[in-house]
Amino acid sequence: MSPSPARTPFIVRLGRSFNARSWQMAGLFAAFALIAVPVMHLVLPPDHPLYLSTYFITLTGKILCYAIVAVAMDLIWGYGGILSLGHGLFFALGGYTFGMYLMRQIGRDGSYQSDLPDFMVFLDWKELPWFWAGSDNFLWVVLLVLVVPALIAFIFGYFAFRSRIKGVYFSIITQALTYAAMLLFFRNETGFGGNNGFTDFKRILGYSITAPETRVVLFGLSALALIGTLLLARFLVTSKYGRILTAIRDAESRVMFIGYNPLWYKLFVWTLSAMLCAIAGALYVPQVGIINPSEMSVGTSIEIAIWVAVGGRGTLIGAVIGAFVVNLAKSWFTVSFPEYWLFFLGTLFIVATLYLPQGIVGLWVKLRQRARRGGDDLAAEAKGASA
Amino acid sequence: MKPVDLLLENDENPDWDSGTAELGHMLKPGELDLSHKVILYLEDITVSFDGFRALNKLSLTIDAGELRCIIGPNGAGKTTMMDVITGKTRPDEGTVFFGQTLDLTRLTEPEIAHAGIGRKFQKPTIFENHTVFENLELAMKTDKRVWRSLMAMLDSAAGDRIAETLQLIRLGAQADRLAGLLSHGQKQWLEIGMLLMQEPKLLLLDEPVAGMTDEETERTGELFISLAGKHSLVVVEHDMAFVKQLGGRVTVLHEGSVLAEGALEEVQGDARVIEVYLGR
Amino acid sequence: MRTIGLLLCGWLLSASLAQAAIDPALLKPLASDDSDTKIAAITALAQAAPAEALPVLKALADDSLAVAGERLVVVDGDRVFDAATNAEIKPAPAAREAIGINNRVRRELAAALAALRLFSDERAVRWQAAQEVTLSADAKMLPLLDKALAAEADPEIRTRLQLAHAQASLGSADAEVRLAAVRTLGESSDPNVRQLLIPLTEKKGDNWVDPDSGVRAAAGTSIRSIEQRLAWADNLGRAFTGLSLGSILLLAALGLAITYGVMGVINMAHGELLMVGAYSAWAMQSVFRAYLPGSLDWYLLAAIPVGFLSAALVGILMERIVIRHLYGRPLETLLATWGISLFLMQAARTLFGAQNVEVANPVWMAGGIEVMPNLMLPWNRIIIVAFSIAVLVAMWAILNLSRLGMFVRAVTQNRAMAGCVGVPTGRIDTLAFGLGAGIAGLGGVALSQIANVGPAMGQGYIVDSFMVVVLGGVGQLAGAVWAALGLGVFTKFLEGWTGAVVAKIVVLVFIIIFIQKRPQGLFALKGRFVES
Repeated sequence: MSPSPARTPFIVRLGRSFNARSWQMAGLFAAFALIAVPVMHLVLPPDHPLYLSTYFITLTGKILCYAIVAVAMDLIWGYGGILSLGHGLFFALGGYTFGMYLMRQIGRDGSYQSDLPDFMVFLDWKELPWFWAGSDNFLWVVLLVLVVPALIAFIFGYFAFRSRIKGVYFSIITQALTYAAMLLFFRNETGFGGNNGFTDFKRILGYSITAPETRVVLFGLSALALIGTLLLARFLVTSKYGRILTAIRDAESRVMFIGYNPLWYKLFVWTLSAMLCAIAGALYVPQVGIINPSEMSVGTSIEIAIWVAVGGRGTLIGAVIGAFVVNLAKSWFTVSFPEYWLFFLGTLFIVATLYLPQGIVGLWVKLRQRARRGGDDLAAEAKGASA
Repeated sequence: MKPVDLLLENDENPDWDSGTAELGHMLKPGELDLSHKVILYLEDITVSFDGFRALNKLSLTIDAGELRCIIGPNGAGKTTMMDVITGKTRPDEGTVFFGQTLDLTRLTEPEIAHAGIGRKFQKPTIFENHTVFENLELAMKTDKRVWRSLMAMLDSAAGDRIAETLQLIRLGAQADRLAGLLSHGQKQWLEIGMLLMQEPKLLLLDEPVAGMTDEETERTGELFISLAGKHSLVVVEHDMAFVKQLGGRVTVLHEGSVLAEGALEEVQGDARVIEVYLGR
Repeated sequence: MRTIGLLLCGWLLSASLAQAAIDPALLKPLASDDSDTKIAAITALAQAAPAEALPVLKALADDSLAVAGERLVVVDGDRVFDAATNAEIKPAPAAREAIGINNRVRRELAAALAALRLFSDERAVRWQAAQEVTLSADAKMLPLLDKALAAEADPEIRTRLQLAHAQASLGSADAEVRLAAVRTLGESSDPNVRQLLIPLTEKKGDNWVDPDSGVRAAAGTSIRSIEQRLAWADNLGRAFTGLSLGSILLLAALGLAITYGVMGVINMAHGELLMVGAYSAWAMQSVFRAYLPGSLDWYLLAAIPVGFLSAALVGILMERIVIRHLYGRPLETLLATWGISLFLMQAARTLFGAQNVEVANPVWMAGGIEVMPNLMLPWNRIIIVAFSIAVLVAMWAILNLSRLGMFVRAVTQNRAMAGCVGVPTGRIDTLAFGLGAGIAGLGGVALSQIANVGPAMGQGYIVDSFMVVVLGGVGQLAGAVWAALGLGVFTKFLEGWTGAVVAKIVVLVFIIIFIQKRPQGLFALKGRFVES
């Protein structure tokens, strides 16, 4: 909180939101993702002990995208106190938008050898619907990924926050929104492939989507996007804006009576959060190779909340840890004990809410404090009492 | 929605003050019209909840620089009156003017706060997960739009102001403590401090000394008296000793309207007031 | 025209009265080899002596009419009867040759038989026959129909017969007859009749199907009036299906109205409590099948208490183990109960398999009431509507009249104060939650009769149930009722012209917009306590 010149450029201030240790960690992580992973996947022979399999790259790349979503969720829930059950929608919208580009990249290699995506041929459509216009242009689609979900979030959020819908009401309404969107996307006539969604992608920017090089690039981009998300989120929560956001979470009426309009504060973080989800969705689809309406199901969105709860909400690193822990557990369970996965997930929901209010990060902090105190227990106790 | 409302609710509007000025017919942007020496007019305010009339044709005026005490039994409508002034509750009938020109019934809570009305709640409401310093920082009068708060950096003038206020509310030693850890009396003081950081023209204080020790109460009284003149204060209080210490005019509310008004001794001698307080 | 009919009628009547036996000359052509002759004979016989002709024609249809020498005989096992006099012939003639009929004759015969059954003594047989005749009436049957009309006293059957008569008259060469017929048909509300009239207003090639412009105009009018009635019945039917959907929503939401509306607990596992109820119905069905196959039809009655208790038990366990630690933390409750719902879903999958189980309607729930030819109200829906009303009344009574209800209201209004005056708040929470869960179980029992019963069935209702409670206004029983019924009827009418999926989306969007305008729901509580 040391007073510094007011005219520090934004980029410098953004950089300063990480402390030295955070930068070291981020640097290590970036080096791993951008140098070590490509080498271990592309250069090392498959029988080398350090060789990273395609499975590993795909799984980790997927979880990196989930981690971005978790950070976005943490911003709005952990810091803003707004539990959204609609983040699956924005994730899926980002995925679908980018998926349109991937579908167009298939070109005439589909089963029907048509310029149109297969499902349109199947529906006997003769031309692309209007919203597919320009979907073969990479830059235009990237722009859509950034703008469309954010715009939808902005409009919905504007009306919801203006009506002062909060707490559980807001959660239920976002859930209804996502559910309605899922029903809409299930229809073939909506123009997004109905039940099956988009799949069978072939190329991205002309490069084969299944080539190991492409995978490594997508992985690296996801890692960079996560670092960027963390940096931006860190900047937000340490700024005055972040303090006001948590103030709104704790005592909204006080915030209003000292002259801040919570509407715009909530709307900003809500829209930003939706945008981050959309970016994650757009990175997710080429790595996983499919997007369908089940991404908008009620359960998917609630699961995002549990990643954050498990990791520790209100801490950014907690969201990332949560996304990794839960999703690694998921992929292990669904391979080894598929029938127990839901039991585990269900128990995780209950345990995290009942016994781990601060998540793994909170637990770790507590354990470390206890360990530190270990030696001179009495002294610390006495000091705590006097303070 | 009327276009007027849209304008009002859009705080991204670059010049906030001229926006409200246009609607409130303020003479000079950002300055309250106190040409008649009156800061607040309440006229014929009626508020009812499901048939129950919390306020019943309440009329009240507060002079600029005045220190006014409001007393009244429970359910007399004191808190509802504050809700109406600060925009939390919209009156069914009646008008509320801030100065000569600003119609408060058409503004939202943050706009009213910005116009220069600060409010302390009955139950101290502070940001418990922020430090005392941060509480004051957030309350400080400044541009409160999203973009500015994103880019805001604390300058030394602001730091000095916060330090001054910390001194005034005697929480200098607690500046870096979480506000949630303060004692009840300290929380009351912190909330008063936040009000001062807002630099309001009118302070509404709902039972400000509840839960304070006698010494703290007396100091609070002194503080209020020193504020009067530069600011206008409306204090809702049950503690008659405190009201006596403040020494301003006293208004008695009963069943949503004004029962009596005058100096404390006058009011205390009023037969109707005695009846209301002692029961029928 | 009518006088001629009456005269004809009178003649036929007197003829049949005068003749106790059938003139053998009328019977003779039945044995002819030529189908046309046979058909003519059947018609003549039916018209001349309806009562006596019936056994003969039946015998012909059953291939038991035979020629024995000069006369026709009816063969019944070893015995042989004279077709004309119905007297037994002894000894039975050995040389007899059965009369065969082809499909064309068989068709005519069936129509004639149906017409003849119009004269049966039993009302049910006549009613059935009248309905059959309406489907196949043509000009040949007119005399018979006239006769039947004269004899018929039952108003319902008369109406039917008049329709059939009018339909048969459409083929008449006389424009007057056709006109009268078209007008009579205009009073029908049967879609088939409309189909019958439509050709009269159309052209075939260059010529009108019906040459008379008066008949055409009358046909047009009749079609319109039938269509009006059909549309009316359609809307009525839609309103009813809407009502029944509404009552299902209500059953799903009533339990939630207690747990969420009154207690403020966000229970995302509510759908799974419905599932518990539905599986209880299935379990009772299996128990009855194994041990009480004779009274299998009554398993549903046993399922009601079982469904209530098992869901209530699950609910009580949920409350004791998880929810009570989370009071006042609604968002955490939401997540924890979602966890419970996943748990219960997987438990159902493990215990009963991932496939849907089959729950059959009892026989007394099959069929329905036919209000109009195109409007049938199925019994299972009617019973569910009645059941939801019963549950609603019971729940209202418990909340407003019983001591438990009083305690629940006391605890939700002021927990601390209720505790001070000796209300065991902890136990009341548990019981109230159990009650809400039990009611969800009842909803599940009802759902088992019309929806698939499977591990994931609860998921489909959770969004809808919350929408009902939120729309109705939290804590408002009346609000939940109106919201459920309103949503049900609204959805069904919308489905009429947008299809089911779009209707659902529209309804959800409507609710989202509605909540923006009225965040407290339809029946809002107002006051200074609401927001704080």
